Amino acid sequence: MSYVEEGLSKDEIFNKTGHTVGLYDVSFDVSEGEIFVLMGLSGSGKSTLLRCLNRLIEPTSGSITISDEDVTKASSERLRLIREKQISMVFQNFALLPHRTIIDNVAYGLEIQDYSKDERHEKAAVAIETVGLKGHESSKPSQLSGGMQQRVGLARALATDPEILLMDEAFSALDPLIRSEMQDELLELEEKMQKTIVFVSHDLDEALKLGDRIALMKDGEIAQIGTAEEILTNPANDYVSKFVAGVDKTKILTAENVMKRPDPVVSLKSGLQVALKLMEKHGISSIYVVDKAKRLQGFLKVDDAVRAQKAGKTMEDVVIKEFPKTTIDTPLQDLISIRAETDQPIAVVNENEKLVGVIVRGSILAALKTTEEDDEEQEEEEAEQ
Amino acid sequence: MIVPQLPIGSVVESAVYWISDTFGFILDAFSALFGFVIDIFKDVLMAMPPLLFVVLIAAIAYVVGRKDWKLALGTALGFIVILSMDLWEYSMETIALVISSAALALIIGIPLGILAAKSETLYKVLRPILDLMQTMPSFVYLIPAVIFFGLGNVPGMIATVVFSMPPAIRLTTLGITQVPTELVEVADAFGSTSWQKLIKVEIPVSLKTIMAGVNQCIMLALSMVVIASMIGARGLGYQVLIGIQRVDIGVGFEAGLGIVIIAIVLDRLTQHLTPK
Repeated sequence: MSYVEEGLSKDEIFNKTGHTVGLYDVSFDVSEGEIFVLMGLSGSGKSTLLRCLNRLIEPTSGSITISDEDVTKASSERLRLIREKQISMVFQNFALLPHRTIIDNVAYGLEIQDYSKDERHEKAAVAIETVGLKGHESSKPSQLSGGMQQRVGLARALATDPEILLMDEAFSALDPLIRSEMQDELLELEEKMQKTIVFVSHDLDEALKLGDRIALMKDGEIAQIGTAEEILTNPANDYVSKFVAGVDKTKILTAENVMKRPDPVVSLKSGLQVALKLMEKHGISSIYVVDKAKRLQGFLKVDDAVRAQKAGKTMEDVVIKEFPKTTIDTPLQDLISIRAETDQPIAVVNENEKLVGVIVRGSILAALKTTEEDDEEQEEEEAEQ
Repeated sequence: MIVPQLPIGSVVESAVYWISDTFGFILDAFSALFGFVIDIFKDVLMAMPPLLFVVLIAAIAYVVGRKDWKLALGTALGFIVILSMDLWEYSMETIALVISSAALALIIGIPLGILAAKSETLYKVLRPILDLMQTMPSFVYLIPAVIFFGLGNVPGMIATVVFSMPPAIRLTTLGITQVPTELVEVADAFGSTSWQKLIKVEIPVSLKTIMAGVNQCIMLALSMVVIASMIGARGLGYQVLIGIQRVDIGVGFEAGLGIVIIAIVLDRLTQHLTPK
């Protein structure tokens, strides 16, 4: 450890001691009910880190705290209890016991806690139903498909009703369709049960889909922690930006990420005169109209405004009520199709119908452009190598 | 070139005599115990009418072989052949010896194998001993066995136990260490005690390999029981020995055939004990 503190590089330490530094200076908090994704390439230490959390691998130093209890200082008996009641784990290759039926696999954690056979089968049956495997209780693991086997793995982890679920590349061994299905189901389950989940994945799309927050790991250290948007839009360093370069941003970014401030807006009450002046001042040909509470009322074009003023009409008469509008959480993907149908900018409103932004053609293109540029850069670099 | 002569032979010899003299009373106690065990098996088997035994073992074969009537029939026929060769009592004596020796070898070997899988140090200590036990010509065991336990069934059993134990230890160790890491992690991650982990995960998962060790152990026991006839162990082996001494091919062949039949039956039965 002292070598690490002295700041020697991993290679130097390996040469001196023959030991590899698996993890160093990793620290993060996971909140209750959160899905926290540890993500990184193989060898980045994510699985090791996960196993440190329940001490399947003993960390050489540092501390792990679960609701104010330092797990690293727990006695082996206390650790056993924590593993029985508080933390359970789902494994990459399902790790079902081949000699046991599904229900006995699911009941394993309960059996360890000396529940009677009836009790544990009752609880296990509930868990099996939760993951949608009812009717397979007396099958053997080898009779089930990969996806079903991992459901069993999940049911086994849920059966003991733990606070924390550790999921080690839980869906990586499944084929893409099943994987995506399982991800959806996990999100659904999570909505109901609100477990704290630490999920290890090497698949960025999976991480972005599942993670409330993501920790991107590199060589045993955390490169960046943040929400999917934070990591995509504001990568902490080159490694992170390269890592996320290939992501289809249109699925992740939402209207909120690409919209501009809706300046200026005019109040319905202030009249056409003010509206025309504002347009003139900002050199624009249209303006959004809001009411007193800043709720979006409509859209005013300069021609209409001039005509209405001449004819002595009020603003309310000429405000266009039909215009492209969207909410802040609409993914970019959907915005592109909205944008394709109209030439007008898209207004972005929040849940109170308040105007919070506007999307013009340029903003979507700009967002897409950064993605493509990153790709090109990466391709160039690869070509050089 | 002159190489100094190492007195390995005389050292071993004096060690063996020292053990025999110093622990003689313990050896006598063991001798009595083992003799008693062998006698129980023998008495039970002998007391049974041969035909009842044939029916019984055929039934066992039927159950163990998962309703394989061919196995049951073959087993029954085999023992009827033995009966018709008038080798019944010798066969029962051989079987009693094999069962008691193999049982003792397994009672010691399997736990030792489990411990060796758990402890690197024990494994390192055991490995050369196992190598020695397996490669030393089996006749050599007979000599200390005679010194410790005299002539008869008991030294035969002891030599057999020593000879047949290594595969039970080795295959148990192999099976336990080959349990996939993820399954061991499952046991740990759900808070199993070491005992629960062993009973609920490690042994069931490695049962196939362990049972292969059991099978090997029994087969080796049978072959050694035959050789042990040279130090007075009774049974079919003794008949073979008589055949050799008298150059009586008939006696030798019949006894040999009996051994083959017992070997095949024991092998098939224990193979079927292995879970699929």
